[in-house]
Amino acid sequence: MTIGHEAFTFVRELVRAESAIVLEPGKEYLVESRLVPLARQGGHKDVDAFVAELSTRRNPAAMRLVVEALTTNETSWFRDTDPFTALRQTVFPALAKTRSKREIRVWAAACSSGQEPYSILMTAQDTPELSGWKVDMLATDLSLEMLERARKGEYSQLEVNRGLPATTLVRHFERLGLGWRISPALAAQVQFRQLNLMRPFPAMGKFDVIFLRNVLIYFDLATKRDILRRVRQVLAPDGHLFLGAAEMTMGVDDAWERVPAGRSSVYRIREEQRTCVP
Amino acid sequence: MRALIVDDSRAMRRIVGRILVDAGFEILEAGDGQEALDVLAAQGGDLPVLACVDWNMPVMDGLTFITQVRKQVEWRSITLMMVTTESEQDRIVRALAAGAHEYLIKPFTGDALVEKLDLLGLLPTTVGDHS
Ligand SMILES: C[S@@+](CC[C@H](N)C(=O)[O-])C[C@H]1O[C@@H](n2cnc3c(N)ncnc32)[C@H](O)[C@@H]1O
Repeated sequence: MTIGHEAFTFVRELVRAESAIVLEPGKEYLVESRLVPLARQGGHKDVDAFVAELSTRRNPAAMRLVVEALTTNETSWFRDTDPFTALRQTVFPALAKTRSKREIRVWAAACSSGQEPYSILMTAQDTPELSGWKVDMLATDLSLEMLERARKGEYSQLEVNRGLPATTLVRHFERLGLGWRISPALAAQVQFRQLNLMRPFPAMGKFDVIFLRNVLIYFDLATKRDILRRVRQVLAPDGHLFLGAAEMTMGVDDAWERVPAGRSSVYRIREEQRTCVP
Repeated sequence: MRALIVDDSRAMRRIVGRILVDAGFEILEAGDGQEALDVLAAQGGDLPVLACVDWNMPVMDGLTFITQVRKQVEWRSITLMMVTTESEQDRIVRALAAGAHEYLIKPFTGDALVEKLDLLGLLPTTVGDHS
C-alpha cells in the first residue's frame, strides 16, 4: 500500500517549507519507503497513521526527522573526479598567486556525510603551490544526522571503496574496527555547522572557493535563483563556484559565467557584476 | 582490451568477470599466481592491460605474483589491482609498495569496481559532463 493523498500532500508541504526540496506527484513511493522506518519506530500501523498524528501534533523533532529522511544524502569521495583535478591544476594554483596571506577559505555548502570537504582538503595537500598554506574549511548541511557522521569521520568499507584511490586511503585514514576513520589531523581542519541554504546566511565572511554541488537540483527555480544570488555575496569577487554536473547558472542567475577548468568547469561572477553586488 | 582475473575461487572470477565484461573487457583467468604468470608468458606481446589479483591463493599468492610481474620489464604496461578480503592497512601499504596500482577490498559492489577502473583510466567510455 502506498501513502494516501492527504498524507503525501502534508509531507510534500512540510519538506518544501523546510528544505525547498520539491517532491513531485509520483514520488509517493519514495516518501512511503523513506518514512516506513520512522512510522515503525513510533509504533504506528502505517505511514498514513504516522503522518496523521504528525499533522495534528506537529512535534518539531519528528518533523525534522521526516525532512531528513527525504533529503537525499548520496555522495562519494572526489565525486566526478574532474572538479577535484580542476582544483589542483587550475583553481588552487591561481589562488596561490593572488592571495598574499597564504590562506584560502573554502565552503562546502551541502557537505552530506563529509566526503566532499575531506576530498577538498586532500586535494589541497596534493597541490604543490599550496604547500605551507592554511586552508580554512567550513562544511555545512541541513541534516544534523549527516553533520554528526561527517564530524565523526567514520566510514564503512563499502564507502571507502567508492572513488577513493588506495594510496589516498592509506595516507589519510586509519583502520577502525571493520571500517575506517579519517585522520584526526584532517578532521581537525574542518569546521562543521548546520546551515539551511533557504534561510539568510549567517555572517561568515567571503570564501575563495564554494562547493554547492548536487543540491540546487532539488530546488525550484525561484529558490535556486535566490540561493545563487546570496552565494555571490559570500564569494570573493575573483572566487570560484563549483556546481554539480547536472546544475548550471544559465537562465537562473546570469550574473555568473561558466569558465572551463580542465575537463570540468567553474562558475565565476561576471566582471561587470563584481563591484555592484546587490 | 583484455583483463586477467587471478583468484582461486571460480565464483569470484565469475563475479569480477561479469563486471569487467560489462565494462568492455575480454577475460583471461587463472586460479593462482603461478598459473597467472604462465598465462602472461603465453600471451607473448599481446598482454592484458589489467590484472585483478586475489591475495590468498594456493601455490603462489597474489603479493608474490605482483612482485614477480614487476620484475619483468616487458610486463610493465600491465595495471595491477588487488581484489581481496585482506583489509589491514599494512597489507594495503605492502601491496602498493610491491607495485599494485589499486586495491579493492571485498565485499565490493559493481559500481566500486567500475569506479576503480575509472581512477586507473581504464574505462573506454567515461560518462559524465566534460563539456
Ligand atoms: C545529494 S547530497 C550532495 C552532497 C555533496 N555536495 C555531493 O555533491 O556529493 C545533497 C545534500 O544537500 C543537503 N540539503 C538538502 N536541502 C538542503 C538545504 N535546504 N540546506 C542545506 N543543505 C541541504 C542534504 O542534507 C544532502 O546532504
